[in-house]
Amino acid sequence: MLFARAERRMLDIAGGLALGGVVVFVGAAIAVLLGHAGASGGGPLLDAYIGRVARFTLVQAALSTLLSVVLAIPVARALARQRGFPGRVWIIRLSVVPLGLPALVAALGVIEIWGRQGVVNDLLRLAGLQNSVSVYGLAGILIAHVFFNLPLAARFLLAALDRIPPEYWLSSANLGMGGGAVFRLIEWPVIRRVLPGIAGLVFMLCATSFTIVLTLGGGPAATTIEVAIYQALRFDFDPERAVLLAFLQIAVTAALLWLLSLFGRPPEEGMTAGRAIRRFDGRRRRLSDGLVLLLFTLFTAAPLAATLVSGLAADFGRLAADPMLHRALATSLAISLASAVLSIAIALPVVLVPRLAESGDAGAATRLMGGALPAVGSLILLVPPVVVATGWFLMLRVLGETGRFAPFVVTALNALMALPFVVRVLEPAYRTHLSRTARLALSLGVTGWRRFLHIDWPALKRPFLTAFAFAMALSLGDLGAVAIFGAEGFVTLPWLLYSRMASYRTADAAGIALILGVLCLLLTLPSTAAERPTERPRPDA
Amino acid sequence: MPDPAIRLEDVSVRFGEKRLAFDCAIPAGSAVAVAGPSGAGKSTLFNVIAGFEKPASGSVTLFGEDMAGRDPADRPVSIVFQDNNLFAHLSAADNIGLGIDPGLRLDAAGRRRVSDALARVGLAGYEKRLPGSLSGGERQRVALARALVRRRPILLLDEPFAALDPAMRADMAGLLAELHAETKSTLLFITHQPEDIGRLAGRVLFLEAGRILLDAAVEDFLSRLDPPAIAKFLGRSGS
Repeated sequence: MLFARAERRMLDIAGGLALGGVVVFVGAAIAVLLGHAGASGGGPLLDAYIGRVARFTLVQAALSTLLSVVLAIPVARALARQRGFPGRVWIIRLSVVPLGLPALVAALGVIEIWGRQGVVNDLLRLAGLQNSVSVYGLAGILIAHVFFNLPLAARFLLAALDRIPPEYWLSSANLGMGGGAVFRLIEWPVIRRVLPGIAGLVFMLCATSFTIVLTLGGGPAATTIEVAIYQALRFDFDPERAVLLAFLQIAVTAALLWLLSLFGRPPEEGMTAGRAIRRFDGRRRRLSDGLVLLLFTLFTAAPLAATLVSGLAADFGRLAADPMLHRALATSLAISLASAVLSIAIALPVVLVPRLAESGDAGAATRLMGGALPAVGSLILLVPPVVVATGWFLMLRVLGETGRFAPFVVTALNALMALPFVVRVLEPAYRTHLSRTARLALSLGVTGWRRFLHIDWPALKRPFLTAFAFAMALSLGDLGAVAIFGAEGFVTLPWLLYSRMASYRTADAAGIALILGVLCLLLTLPSTAAERPTERPRPDA
Repeated sequence: MPDPAIRLEDVSVRFGEKRLAFDCAIPAGSAVAVAGPSGAGKSTLFNVIAGFEKPASGSVTLFGEDMAGRDPADRPVSIVFQDNNLFAHLSAADNIGLGIDPGLRLDAAGRRRVSDALARVGLAGYEKRLPGSLSGGERQRVALARALVRRRPILLLDEPFAALDPAMRADMAGLLAELHAETKSTLLFITHQPEDIGRLAGRVLFLEAGRILLDAAVEDFLSRLDPPAIAKFLGRSGS
């Protein structure tokens, strides 16, 4: 018994609202898509196109995953081995940054470095090579995906390597195990265990990546299913094809989620403390490890630095006077605030009703909701935002102005997109909090609002703020839902940035990208940077 | 007179504000208990001997050879910890085999030596077992078997009994005493239990606050009533 009678009634109502709301919102979109699918015929030409798009979606995701994960292994090993490397903590912090950055801003940074006018091609020309690297197409998509996922994979691998018992390193030094033996007998068995989970997560992220492919790919040869949906709706106005692609996307994500469930969850990132880790196999590899870390730092930091430099060069005086920017900023902030609030409002019953359903006297309806709500929490992984947006776009088109309803649909979609993350932050926090305080609070009669104010909020402030900040950042940086609805009267910050990029107003684009990037990092970095305790060797443990 | 197995001369180690200083000579073939309150520097003393910790000053001499600049693997030392001595994903035989070849390339003779060592610690036929399927005491026996095949003249045991229940402690201490008598190695072990000292040690090093407070024969140590730190360790304070 964790809740008072009145609280249980409130939770039942909230659970019903959340479950009903999400199911109706997503279900209506799918129903509309189904209705359209009945009308379409298909044809061999369409089949060939769709086959090509599906193949490219999977091939680019596979290559992105392979590159990210394979390159992450030497980076993680170097970070794990060189505990005293100058700037090591900063390299680890740097590897968190791409996670908080909107995909559009990252894509712009990648273009600044790897594009025709970028540093890499300048260097190639200096070296006398004429064949410049093209950032558009598969190469650019891979670079951008590796930019996001190499640091992510490296951090997961580093956490796994750091969980190796510290005595292993002392034993291996005492036994005289060489670098090869340490890799083969100690590191690889650990890496192999977590690798499938990491690769599955990265593959999922790359297979459903929209913004990167839209900005860096997009031609008929480099289009993923999500981008093809957008092009079918917004350029060719071919709803039948969009619908077909939408169902293909659901089939692909369903298959991927099923495969992911076979591989098991991605590993935890938590740190184990205890005896300080001391590595003796790093001394002879300082040079090669240093080189690996230098390359990693350059690769990760260069697009960030380029975004900063070209952003600062923008004419902020003119930008500040631009009414479009004011409107976009106001719209983005309003939508991100509303979607973060909505996301947390849905997340609370998703987290709490299953706990309510665990108690012996829970009613049938509560039990049903307790089983269904966690699935609702990750429904958006199965039915991607672009698909739901397509359904709503087709539905609202019948009513006339899609632009008028766009803010509400985008807010709801952004809330759903953030939901898996919000639940993952709040669920474990609430679980431990309830097990510590619920019975005491009940016996003291501190319930309802008073309980939230005096007992829950003080203890859960941090996870709530983290979840809220991430949900806001996710919404601020989102282009997918907006792109489908993007209309004259409805402009968000990423959409403004995208249209400035598309009309080659690069200086303005750089300035907007900097504003957007800084906003998102301000929201996401405080909670991620505060996690790591400092490591120091202690005498005698 | 032969060289002592271990000689530390004016060895000092720094940890931020803390400074530890060691000076002692341990004759070859002796069995020495290292005791003292936690934080006294017992593990650090082992780390200095094994080569995990580089002293800020002073010299470490093992069997007459200066160890400055010598890697842990190139010292005449084997070390066994309280826990996690075995690589959890490797079989008992592989864990012992690492003591013969650190790249785990063993010929038939090597594999025979592994089996013999397992038999010697009372675990005949355990070659294929993974550490997770062994009890705490059995894991420590496998670690001892590895030390056996390495044939290093100095064996350091960092609280080898701490994770074991009383009956197993007595067994392990008995096994260690036998192995010590057989191999004539120099044995140092850290312990918090006076009865372990009585069972196994000929000498006692007692550390407090980063220095060696007492270096005495075991009979002398066990009958002492002072200084207070030793009386407390032996359970004679506050009476």
